[in-house]
Amino acid sequence: MSHTSPVVVPAPGKTEWDGGVSPMNVSYGKLMMWFFLLSDAFTFSALLITYGLVRSAHQVYDGSVTNFIFSQTYWPIPEKVFASIPFFHGLNAPLVFVGIMTFILIMSSVTMVLAVEAGQRMDRKAVEKWMLWTILGGICFLSCQAWEWAHFIHGAEEGSAVAEGTKFFGANLRMNQYGPPDFADFFFFITGFHGFHVFSGVLLNFLIFYNTVTGVYQRRGHYEMVEKVGLYWHFVDLVWVFVFTFFYLV
Amino acid sequence: MSHSEETTITVLPPDKERIKKLWTVAGILGVITLIEFGVAFGVPHEMKDLRVWTFIIMTIVKAAYIVGEFMHLRHETKFLMWSILVPIVFIVWMLVAFVYEGMAIGDVRF
Repeated sequence: MSHTSPVVVPAPGKTEWDGGVSPMNVSYGKLMMWFFLLSDAFTFSALLITYGLVRSAHQVYDGSVTNFIFSQTYWPIPEKVFASIPFFHGLNAPLVFVGIMTFILIMSSVTMVLAVEAGQRMDRKAVEKWMLWTILGGICFLSCQAWEWAHFIHGAEEGSAVAEGTKFFGANLRMNQYGPPDFADFFFFITGFHGFHVFSGVLLNFLIFYNTVTGVYQRRGHYEMVEKVGLYWHFVDLVWVFVFTFFYLV
Repeated sequence: MSHSEETTITVLPPDKERIKKLWTVAGILGVITLIEFGVAFGVPHEMKDLRVWTFIIMTIVKAAYIVGEFMHLRHETKFLMWSILVPIVFIVWMLVAFVYEGMAIGDVRF
């Protein structure tokens, strides 16, 4: 059984668009994955653009950074909100944890592309190894995100002064200690929607890993499924790069 | 899974060149992220425009590497590459337009 290619080339005398071939020199499944990712890019862009619209409609904090306190009247400075690391209660480490999360996801993207490279050589053992690392990276990222949410919802030490003189801690969809309600709403929606994609990506990766282990792609003659699911995983990483920039850095 | 025949599939050795290139790209992504962190903590918040533009440009560079190399788009048919890249124009257009809308809403509100 030789290395069968899923791409169909035109018959002699016919052009690429005469039917029964793979236009743009990629298989049907791969092309459709690209177009699905384009549509998903529009969905995430819609969320991020809405975030841009709403955030620029809020007041900006214009005092000095050192004197910053949380308030309902202006959008918070992100590095003041996301300044905690698990197991290090009370340590002020702005953006460190989200940097670790970014590193984990980019590394899992690297292991994914190494799995794709191994698949193109029909190296089943290497594909298994790299897919397993990718799945582990995805699970690590989800665990980190779960901790972020829990900590965000629970709230930090100082809380936020409320009109009646009491303090409000943590966050929910109606009110949060860090800033206007929109801040928490967008945090949950955007990171939640992204996290859902990571979760489905981990499930798909596991399915493909299982298929690899049981020899499905070996019998099929090509590991293109690993490439297709790799495209999805890289897309998830790409979205995180944008979310990280627009939510945590800007 | 029923009987498995002994098939002769040759496993090719790892493509050292390509793997090295992939790790190089990974390194570039890491370095750019570190620069972003450097700007986030090094450049004062008063210089908001410089910060924001640096982040945006670096994010686009990272995106170009991920899409071009990891997702292999740079090495696909040019037609496919442009089919994906041209619609991005609409996203950029919406982003600029709606951020301006937001600022106008903010002016009216406050």
